[in-house]
Amino acid sequence: MEALFPQAEPLQGLIGGLLIGVAAAIMLLGLGRIAGVSGMTARATGIGGGATSRLVAAAFVIGLPLGAWIAAQCIGPMHIDFPSWPALISGGLLVGFGTRMGSGCTSGHGVCGISRLSRRSIVATMLFMASGFATVAIMRAIGLLGV
Amino acid sequence: MQPLISLIAGLIFGAGLAVGGMINPARVQAFLDLFGHWDPTLAFVMGGAILPMTMAWVIKARLDRPLAGGVFDLPDTRKLDRHLAIGALLFGAGWGIGGLCPGPAIADLALVPGPALLFVAAMLAGMGVHRLTLGR
Repeated sequence: MEALFPQAEPLQGLIGGLLIGVAAAIMLLGLGRIAGVSGMTARATGIGGGATSRLVAAAFVIGLPLGAWIAAQCIGPMHIDFPSWPALISGGLLVGFGTRMGSGCTSGHGVCGISRLSRRSIVATMLFMASGFATVAIMRAIGLLGV
Repeated sequence: MQPLISLIAGLIFGAGLAVGGMINPARVQAFLDLFGHWDPTLAFVMGGAILPMTMAWVIKARLDRPLAGGVFDLPDTRKLDRHLAIGALLFGAGWGIGGLCPGPAIADLALVPGPALLFVAAMLAGMGVHRLTLGR
């Protein structure tokens, strides 16, 4: 693994993933809700409706930066490289519009839906991953990657 | 009680995003960069997350109601439609361009507030545009 993919961190990835899965399991078994971040964010801000109370949705969303901050205090400084502001704005617009139109993102479709063997989520995940691969391939081809 | 459980789940979720490296847009783009120095870490994050959730769905089938009370409120649409497909394709494009999906973007508000806020503001604007155009 190390020789083949020098920048990979499979163990950290697995531990991080397990934490995400446990959090999603708490939402499902404890509250009867899908831990979908796009849906929770829309609900918390009032952009989206639904049976989940805005307070419950907001508590989950506020937990995300708090949890990341606590983890950063525990494991020390982390490498975070952001792209340029035009990439952040255009990427953000597409992510916001696309996740609402497609009823979910990486967490709702990719984690909760796939583990439920939901046909819609499996199709959505295949499509957004294929689209991500294609987009980055095009960015690489026209020299926009890392800009 | 319910908001507290939700907050704890959010905390654990956010910590997982940080530990797994998903809060780093460069790492996400490296995962999506099949023709460059491909970084498979995110596949481990996804696999690691699906594991406990698979068990959770098995346990859920034996529950009449959620452990903290209330009722299960889960998506029940089965139909594959144009909205699902086009939405997923647009989301994937944005994921590739920005290197961020909603969870990591919001988690990054605590670590790299400036650029994360720019992305999150654009994301909320995108959600708002959807509501005004296609939303019911």
